[in-house]
Amino acid sequence: MTSSGAADTEESITSLKDEALAGLAAASGAEALEQWRVEFLGRKGRLTGVLRNLGSLDESARRSAGAAANRLKGELEAAFDERRTASQRSGTETGPGDSGRSGGRTGAIDVTLPGRRSRTGRLHPSTQMIREMLEAFNEMGFQTVEGNEVELERYNFDMLNLPADHPARDMQDTIWIDRSSRSEGGGVLLRTQTSPMQPRTMEKQDPPVRIVSPGKCFRIEATDATHEWQFHQVEGLAVDEGLSFADLKGTLYEFARRIFGAGRKVRFRCDFFPFVEPGVDMSVDWNGRWVEILGAGMVHPQVLRNVGYDPEKYTGFAFGVGPERVAMLKYGIEDIRHFFSNDLRFLSQF
Amino acid sequence: MKVPLSWLKDYVGITVPPDELAHRLTMAGTEVEKIERTASWDNVVVGHVRSVRPHPNADRLRLVTVFNGESEVEVVCGAPNVADGQTIAYAGIGAVLADPYSDEPGATHRLKKSKIRGVESNGMVCSEKELGLSGEHEGILVLDTDAAPGTPLGDVLGDVVLDAELTPNRPDCLGIVGIAREVAVLTGQELRLPPVEYAESPVPTASLATVRIDDPDLCPRYTATVISGVKIGPSPEWLAERLRAIGERPINNIVDVTNYVMFELGQPLHAFDYDRVAGHTVIVRRAAAGEMLVTLDGKDRKLDGEMLLIADPEKGIGLAGVMGGANSEIDGSTKTVFLESATFIGPNNRRTSSALGLRSQATLRFEKGLRSGLAEVALRRATRLILELAGGEAASGIIDEHPGRDAEQQSVSLTREKLARVLGTEVPAEKVDATLSSLGFDVSETAAGWEAQIPYWRSDVTIPEDLIEEVARIIGYDEVPVTPPAGRVPTWQPRPEITTRNRAVDALVRAGMQEIISYAATSESKEGRVPLGGDALEHVRMLNPVSADHAVMRRTLRESVLNAVSRNLRSWRGPVALFETGHVFGSVGEGLPRERVMIAGAFAGPANEVSWTDGARAADFFDAKGAVETVLAEFHVEGEFAAVEDPALTPGRTAEITVPAAGGVRIGVTGDVRGKVLAAFDIDGTSVSLFELELDGLQSVAQAVGPADIYSPIVRYQDSARDLALLIDRATPTALVTAIARKSRLVSSATVFDVFDGKGLPEGKKSIAVRVVYQSPNKTLTAEELAKSEAGILRALESQLGATLRV
Repeated sequence: MTSSGAADTEESITSLKDEALAGLAAASGAEALEQWRVEFLGRKGRLTGVLRNLGSLDESARRSAGAAANRLKGELEAAFDERRTASQRSGTETGPGDSGRSGGRTGAIDVTLPGRRSRTGRLHPSTQMIREMLEAFNEMGFQTVEGNEVELERYNFDMLNLPADHPARDMQDTIWIDRSSRSEGGGVLLRTQTSPMQPRTMEKQDPPVRIVSPGKCFRIEATDATHEWQFHQVEGLAVDEGLSFADLKGTLYEFARRIFGAGRKVRFRCDFFPFVEPGVDMSVDWNGRWVEILGAGMVHPQVLRNVGYDPEKYTGFAFGVGPERVAMLKYGIEDIRHFFSNDLRFLSQF
Repeated sequence: MKVPLSWLKDYVGITVPPDELAHRLTMAGTEVEKIERTASWDNVVVGHVRSVRPHPNADRLRLVTVFNGESEVEVVCGAPNVADGQTIAYAGIGAVLADPYSDEPGATHRLKKSKIRGVESNGMVCSEKELGLSGEHEGILVLDTDAAPGTPLGDVLGDVVLDAELTPNRPDCLGIVGIAREVAVLTGQELRLPPVEYAESPVPTASLATVRIDDPDLCPRYTATVISGVKIGPSPEWLAERLRAIGERPINNIVDVTNYVMFELGQPLHAFDYDRVAGHTVIVRRAAAGEMLVTLDGKDRKLDGEMLLIADPEKGIGLAGVMGGANSEIDGSTKTVFLESATFIGPNNRRTSSALGLRSQATLRFEKGLRSGLAEVALRRATRLILELAGGEAASGIIDEHPGRDAEQQSVSLTREKLARVLGTEVPAEKVDATLSSLGFDVSETAAGWEAQIPYWRSDVTIPEDLIEEVARIIGYDEVPVTPPAGRVPTWQPRPEITTRNRAVDALVRAGMQEIISYAATSESKEGRVPLGGDALEHVRMLNPVSADHAVMRRTLRESVLNAVSRNLRSWRGPVALFETGHVFGSVGEGLPRERVMIAGAFAGPANEVSWTDGARAADFFDAKGAVETVLAEFHVEGEFAAVEDPALTPGRTAEITVPAAGGVRIGVTGDVRGKVLAAFDIDGTSVSLFELELDGLQSVAQAVGPADIYSPIVRYQDSARDLALLIDRATPTALVTAIARKSRLVSSATVFDVFDGKGLPEGKKSIAVRVVYQSPNKTLTAEELAKSEAGILRALESQLGATLRV
C-alpha cells in the first residue's frame, strides 16, 4: 500500500475519535456505556479493526499510524473510565437517566439503597465517659490536669497521709518498679490513683485550687468480670477558705444529676480514705440496689499541711470516680475485661 | 469480719430486723456486705396448725389446716404427732427439701402441688429430716417460738451473720463488742459489757513473774496475769461453736479463750506455758539480727534487728503481736498459764508480719494501732474466762509495765466554729454532746466548744476532724445540707498538651478511625515482635507485675496497635482503622522514667464498608498518610513526607513526617509494616499501614499557625484551573512537581490527580496529571496571562526535573 493509505488510516483514526467521544457523551446508564465499550474498545471493536488494518501499510506509515492508534486507545480508555465514574457518582446507572442540561435530576431512583456514608470513627467508651465527667466538673470550675502513670511513692502515698507501713495501703495493692529506680521520692510505682496530682498541684500554687485529674491507674488485682488491674480514674480536688461538706455534697449531687439524670437516687454514707476526714462514699440506686460509684471526703488536714497550706485557714474536698464502673452501669456492660480488649465488636457499639 | 447476731445479742438488744440493722451500720461507716443465715430455706415459714381432721380415704393420713401468715391452706400429713394449736414449719409449693426416702446423702426434691389419696395437698408440714436438721422423720418438728406465722424459718431456727467489711481505721470493730457499741448508738439501746471481775488468790502476780520492756518505743504497755492449776481440755460447746461461726478452729480451752477475747474486744492476747518461761521472766526486746525462732506453726523464722521479740533470759519465746513461739506453747501438760495482753506499735508490727509473710489475726489488729487502755480490760476478761473454763487460781493484781502511759494522747478538742465551717451547717450543742457521749467519749464543754476524752477502744480519733466525722456519721450524712460549692474559681490555666492531644484524637475520629486503649504494660518478648525505630531507652521493669505478660512498661504503641489489628482482622469484617494514644516509658536509672505521649494508628483490610456505589479497595499507605494529613490539617499545616528507613516498615514505602511551617519539626513516621513483622503478629495475606506521631512534635505544630495566619480575605476575582499532563522520571517525587508549580506567583494551588506508570510509556517514566489553579488578588486573569504563567511553570519543570508535557 502507499503513503496515501497511511493518510487514510490517520484520517479514519481522527474521525473514529470524534465519533467515539460523541457516542460516549451520549451514552447514558451502565448498559449504554457497556455497549459503547464493546463497540469501540472491545476485542472485536472498531479500534481493534483499525489496528488490524495497519499490517497493510509500509513500515514508517505503520509506525506513525500505530502510535496514533495507540494514543487514541489510551484516550478512549481514560475517557471511558472518567465517564463511568461520573455516571456512578450521579447514580444515573440505576435510573432512567438525568435530564441533562436543565439542571436538577428527575426520574425515580431506589431511595432505599444505602447512602454514601463515610467510615464512622469513635472514641473509646472510657474516653467518652471521662470526657463527660470532665465536662461536668469543668463547668463547675474544676480544671483538667494530667500526670505521669509511673509515680513516686511520695506523691502517690506519703503526701496523701499514707505513710509506709500504714494498714490503709492494703486498700491499694501496689505494683512497684524495679528497686534501682528508688530515689529521694522513695520507691517508684505505677500510680494506684490519680490523686498524686493533688499534692503536685498544691505544691506549685496557692489556693484557690479546683482541679480534676483523669488517667490510667494500676493495682494488683486478679482479673475477672468485675476486676481489672488497669482502670481509669477521674479524681477532683477543691481547696479554698470556707469550703464545707455541704459544698462537697452540692458538687457531687450536681455531678450525679448530670451523669445519671435527675431522677436517680443518690446516697452518701460514711467511709474511710486516709487522705480525707470525714470520708464519704456516694452510691446510686441501680434497680433497687445501692451501687458504690465514688469515694470522697473533706481533705485531711495533714494533706494540706504536707503541701504547706494552713489547715486552720483552708478547707477542701476531694473525690474519685471510676469511669469504667459507671459506663458498665449505664450501658449494662457485663465484663470489665472488654474495655482493654480492643475488640471492634465491642468498641464500635459506643 | 463475721458478726453472728446470736453473739452480738450478748452485749446489746437487737430491736430492728437484720436488713435494717445492716443498713444503719453501713450508713455509719461499717459496711455490711452480706447478711448470711446459717440455716435458710426457700419458701419455708413459721405456720400455725388451725385444725386437724381425718383423711377420708386413708387411716394413717390427716388433713391439716395451716395458717402460713397469708392464708389458711390444707395440707395432707402423715405424722402421728401433728395437733391443733401447734407452731410448725410449713413448706410452701416450690420449697426445696431434703428427700427423706432417698439413700443418697444430700438428695433434695422440689415440693409440687399433688393429690394424696384423692385429696390435694398444698405444701407440707416438715419433719427435722426434711429440713435437713437431723435424721428424725417419725413426726413433724414442733417449734418453740413466738415468731409470727409467715416468718422465714431461717430467722427462727438459724443464726443471722452480718458480714462486715471494716475500714482500716476501726480496729475496735474487729471485736463483736465494738460492733455492739455501734448498734447500741444507732438503735438507741444500752450496751452491756462482758464481765471482767474474778476472784484473786492471795499470792501477788508480781511475786510469780517479772516483765521487762527493753524497747518501749515498740511496746508502750505490757500487762500479764498468772493463772496456776489450770486443767487443759477442750472448750465447752458454746465457745467452740462461736469460734467456728466466725471461721476459727477451736484448739483448747486456754488458747480458745485468748482467741475468743480477741474477737470479743479486739485485743490480741497470748498465753505462755509459765513453766517453760525461763526464770519466769519476760523480756520485750528487738531481736538480734539473724536470731532464729520457731513459731507456733512449726516454721523456722529468721529475724532481723527491727523485729520485736518476746523473750525470756535464755531465748525468744514469741514474735510480739504476730505469733507465739513453739517452745512456750500451751499443751496438755500445762499447769500454769502466763497470760499476756500488751500493746505493740502498729507500723513495726505490720513490717514484721509482711517481712515474714505472717498475716495473723493479731497483726490485723495491732497494725491498725490499739490504745493501751484496751490491754488491761482484755487481760481481766480473759483471766476470768480461763478461771471459768479451766479452773485454777489467778494471782492477785496484774503485772503492768506501762512506759508509754504519758505519751498517749488523751483528749481531742473541737470548736463550734470548726464544726460549722467543715460541715457547712450548725449542729446544736446538745446534739454534739449527746452523740459523742453515746459513743463513749467523756465530753466537757469549753468556751469555744468541746473537749472529748478518747475512750480506750478508739485509736482512730486524734484530731478535731475525727470528732466531726463521729458527729456527722451518727446524726447521718443526710442531715448535712447541700449547697453549690462556695469559694473562688481559680484563674484558668492553659494546658496545651491536653488540648493538642484532644484535637489530634478528634481529627482521627473524624477521619473514621476507632480509638482503642491497651494495657500500659507488656512483656519484653511480646514487644520484641516489632522494632521500635529511633532511640530506645531501657525498659521500665516492675518488681511485682500482675503477670509475666505485663512485666515491663511499654516503650511503643506499635505493639498494641498491631495486636489490635491482628485480633480484629480475625473477627471484624469491615475496615480495621484504629488508633491509640498513650504514654510510652523508658528507664533513665534513678527516679521517674521518661514518659512521653504518643499517637499511633493503623489501617488494614478493606478501606471502606462494602458499598454499591464504590468498588472495594484494600487500605494502603495513603490511608495512613491521609490520617496524618487530617491531623495536620486540624492544625492548619502541611506535612513534608520524605522516604526514610525504619526497622519495622517496608523500605521504599515509609516516610518521615516533618512540618516546614513548624521549623521542620519531625512529628513521626508512616509506612507499610514489613512482612516479617506482620508474620510475628500472625497477620497473613494483608498489608498493614501504620503511623506513629509524637505529642511533643505535635505541640510545636499546634503553635506554628496562629489565628492571624489562618484567615485571608476571599478573593473576588474568578480563578482558573488548567490541567497539566506531564511525563517525568519514575523516581522523581511528585511533591517536587507541585512544589515548583506552587512557587509561581499566580498559582493558588497545585494538586496531583492522576498518576500512571503502566504500559505505553517510555522506559523509566511516569505520567502525572496536575490540576493547577491560578488566581490573582487584583483581577481576573486573561488567557495570555494564564498561558504565560503556565509556560513559566513548564520551563521550570523541564529545567529542574526534566519533565515534559505529554501530548
